[in-house]
Amino acid sequence: MLAGGQFLLLSSLVGRLYYLQVLQSDRYAMLADENRINIKLLPPPRGRILDRHGEALATNRLNYRVALVSEHAKDITATLDALASLIPLSKRDYQRVLRDARRKRDFVPITVRENLTWSEVSRIEVNAPDLAGVVIEVGQTRYYPLGATAVYITGYVAAVSEDELTGDPLLALPDSRIGKSGVEKIYDLALRGKAGNSQVEVNAYGRVIRELERNEGQPGDALVLTLDAGLQRYVSARIAGQIASAVVLDIHTGDVLALASSPSYDPNLFTKGISTEDWNALLNNPYKPLISKAISGQYPPGSTFKMMVALAALEGGIAGRSHEVTCRGEVDLGNRTFHCWKRGGHGKMTMVKALEQSCDVYFYDIALRVGINRIAKMARRFGFGELANIDLYGERPGLMPDRDWKLANYEVAWQKGETLVAGIGQGFVQATPLQLAVMAARIASGGTAVTPHLSRRALRRATEDGAAETGPVFESLGLSPASLDVIVEGMTRVVNNVRGTAYRARIDESELAMAGKTGTSQVRNISKSERKTGVFKNAQRPWEERDHALFVAFAPIDDPRYSISIVVEHGGSGSSVAAPIARDILRETQRRDPARDGSLDRLAAVANNSNGG
Amino acid sequence: MAKSLGIQHHQISLGQKLRRITWGLILVLTVTAMVGVAMLYSAANGNFDPWASRQAIRYGAGLVMMIGIALIDIRILLSWAYGIYGVALAMLALVEIMGITGMGAQRWINLGFFQIQPSEMMKVALVLALARYYHGLSLEDCRRFRALVAPLLLVLAPAALVLRQPDLGTAIMLMLTSAALLLAAGVRLRIFAAIAVAGLAAVPVAWQFLRDYQKERIFTFLDPERDPLGAGYQILQSKIALGSGGLLGKGFLNGTQSHLSFLPERQTDFIFTMLAEEFGLMGGLTLLALYTLILIYGFIIGLGAKSQFARLVATGVTATFFIYVFINIAMVTGLIPVVGVPLPMVSYGGTAMVTIMVGVGLLMSVYVHRDVEIPRRASLV
Repeated sequence: MLAGGQFLLLSSLVGRLYYLQVLQSDRYAMLADENRINIKLLPPPRGRILDRHGEALATNRLNYRVALVSEHAKDITATLDALASLIPLSKRDYQRVLRDARRKRDFVPITVRENLTWSEVSRIEVNAPDLAGVVIEVGQTRYYPLGATAVYITGYVAAVSEDELTGDPLLALPDSRIGKSGVEKIYDLALRGKAGNSQVEVNAYGRVIRELERNEGQPGDALVLTLDAGLQRYVSARIAGQIASAVVLDIHTGDVLALASSPSYDPNLFTKGISTEDWNALLNNPYKPLISKAISGQYPPGSTFKMMVALAALEGGIAGRSHEVTCRGEVDLGNRTFHCWKRGGHGKMTMVKALEQSCDVYFYDIALRVGINRIAKMARRFGFGELANIDLYGERPGLMPDRDWKLANYEVAWQKGETLVAGIGQGFVQATPLQLAVMAARIASGGTAVTPHLSRRALRRATEDGAAETGPVFESLGLSPASLDVIVEGMTRVVNNVRGTAYRARIDESELAMAGKTGTSQVRNISKSERKTGVFKNAQRPWEERDHALFVAFAPIDDPRYSISIVVEHGGSGSSVAAPIARDILRETQRRDPARDGSLDRLAAVANNSNGG
Repeated sequence: MAKSLGIQHHQISLGQKLRRITWGLILVLTVTAMVGVAMLYSAANGNFDPWASRQAIRYGAGLVMMIGIALIDIRILLSWAYGIYGVALAMLALVEIMGITGMGAQRWINLGFFQIQPSEMMKVALVLALARYYHGLSLEDCRRFRALVAPLLLVLAPAALVLRQPDLGTAIMLMLTSAALLLAAGVRLRIFAAIAVAGLAAVPVAWQFLRDYQKERIFTFLDPERDPLGAGYQILQSKIALGSGGLLGKGFLNGTQSHLSFLPERQTDFIFTMLAEEFGLMGGLTLLALYTLILIYGFIIGLGAKSQFARLVATGVTATFFIYVFINIAMVTGLIPVVGVPLPMVSYGGTAMVTIMVGVGLLMSVYVHRDVEIPRRASLV
């Protein structure tokens, strides 16, 4: 009986084993794997950003870190002391390492310091026998060789914030970086690549025993920009020291060749983690370096807007090129007096001459005849009041007012006086430097809807794969060539006629000559008393009340290829401040010209084949 | 001593004794022990140190001791039975006074040069004492209720001391072994039922005596997922190891649960889990088959014994062995709470191995002296 009972109980054990090991086997096998297998993500190298000639705008640099494995270091403080005799260590480093050493398991490396120089690394390596538990680790950090010069184009990467987590596991990695601005942000997904993974076997304490499987990820795509790094450097240097923006476009393709604002800042500050002092300095700088003024700065376009008024008149059949107005220096409307910039007036003006000499009274006259709505309609065709849709974040649309807009926003009807002011690009009208360069490009291209871009990638996606190799074809704006001729002639004379407002900024080499338009936009109204006493010269006013200096241009005149816009905040007059900058840049742009042909497409092909790195 | 009890006839020569030793049982036991050594080699991630080599040496020494015990005359064992029990009980009481604390329980007694564990000794001593007691009773006597008082005292005294240490596993083993022995001696089932009812009624009382960790173990047993990283961890990881082993296992030295330290106590109480993880259901059944063979030897020897004492010793030893196997495997497979009973001949550790081998030595002594008749009256004190 006893034996029977015992065998019965033994069979119950057999039954139990059968249940666990056969019936429930799959479930437990899965649980066992969950126990032992950890999946570690391998971050792929971020795609490089190159200029049109292949010069690197953003690369990955090796980041040498020194770390401490506490299970191998017998005495952590002593090891840190030994390390401190080789490389500088702050008190904060000490505290952080000691704190981490208590919190983390003793086989997890604790980072002591990052971004070691080569000499620091070699000093540590040479002394390695005395530094038990000290290891050198290599990571990658983003590096921007052009630094502050191209920051508004490249943007920068920084640690991922909570609301940027999209579910891509790559972003959840502790040292992952994401594009925060510029093309780094807008092309982030392509640059990021795909994470690889490494399946490692761990024991119950989390120690890695061995690697079971490794899937290398896909490195991020290389991104070729239309930018010319050399030109960008030139432009940045040329506007340095002023609060200014410059945009250079290729009229044929819409390629952005240079886009700069000053003052600027160094994106490399952000990749390593910016210090609070540096950040506050940037944030509180009155000249707002964090803002890309070329696309986000909105300025009254001033006289550069006169082409729009003239075109509206010409195309509307309201005033032809021979339309005459006599300028006496001022015009009365109702009980207000509107002044021309030239005291005493320009005398008898035709349209071309009015452009050449930027006669305000002439444009008061035709603006009043055309009316604000038709001016606005024409200006919008040239990009005013709407985003140029460049592939950058932070672009602002400017403002192109009309009657409906005024009513909707002020609940007051549009006043005639406001049409006059708008006729010389003042008042409500606002535009970004980018929009001004686009306007110049659209005029110079014979009235086509040139659209700016920094990467052909966006275009290629819009059309069929690779179909954009020959460059984009822009739609016509539907303007008569005769109307455009008047504008081009006027702009040509602005620079190349002795009486033109920018004559002193002309390019002497006739094959490089430019056509342009000056603009001086008021920041504040000039009071009657100031006019009488003559205290409205820029030099006599405080900086922030001085006029903005603007200039738009294109070159060469015969077969326009490049357009440019310059805005110098509170710089003074367009003719004396902005035009010379444009002259220098356009000359440099054309001087660099031969190297440019076709190189972008060749490079894009090479870069995509080699897949960055 | 034997003479003083009036037992003199039927002397067996040493050569006869050696020939009568059950070499087949020794072979099965050795194979089982070798399985243990192999698993300990694996538990140390493929090293003989620190467990496998020592276990093998211990087995060798135990083998000599076992054969030595097998040669001791069964009548001498009979006459020493109460003495051995008395010494064991005294030592258990001594543990209360001067025992050192190890593994959260006072179990060892320090004799200066080595430590002994009286509770292990008691497992054998109790079998001998009960067998001795029932040997002196006629079948009619042992059916009397009065005759139950002495054996109950014999059981409950050490069980209470062991429980105080506290060592629930050993206390349970002592009581279960005794129950088996009493049944074999002829105590009626309904008396058992009465005791069982009384026992159940005592459960709430006993509950008071349990230490917190013992209560925790019972809670954990009832719901292992209650606290998967705490108390339920062992059972859960053990079940994962067993289940993931499947039919054929992960292969020798390839048990992930064991080698990556997910399985606790893999060299002692949970060694069966490791075996079944690496060799699967087939491995587990093979070991069970070896145990079953040993049990069959035990039953056959018990049936062949001429004296009541020998028969009861064989039954008691076999029951002890079975209880070791059953409690250990039932606990690692999650059938009963974890009570800390090692797997005989396989788990690392000397004390349990000594107990088992002394027991098997007694079993072989029963076989060697199977023809010895001992008058029942004569042994009555």
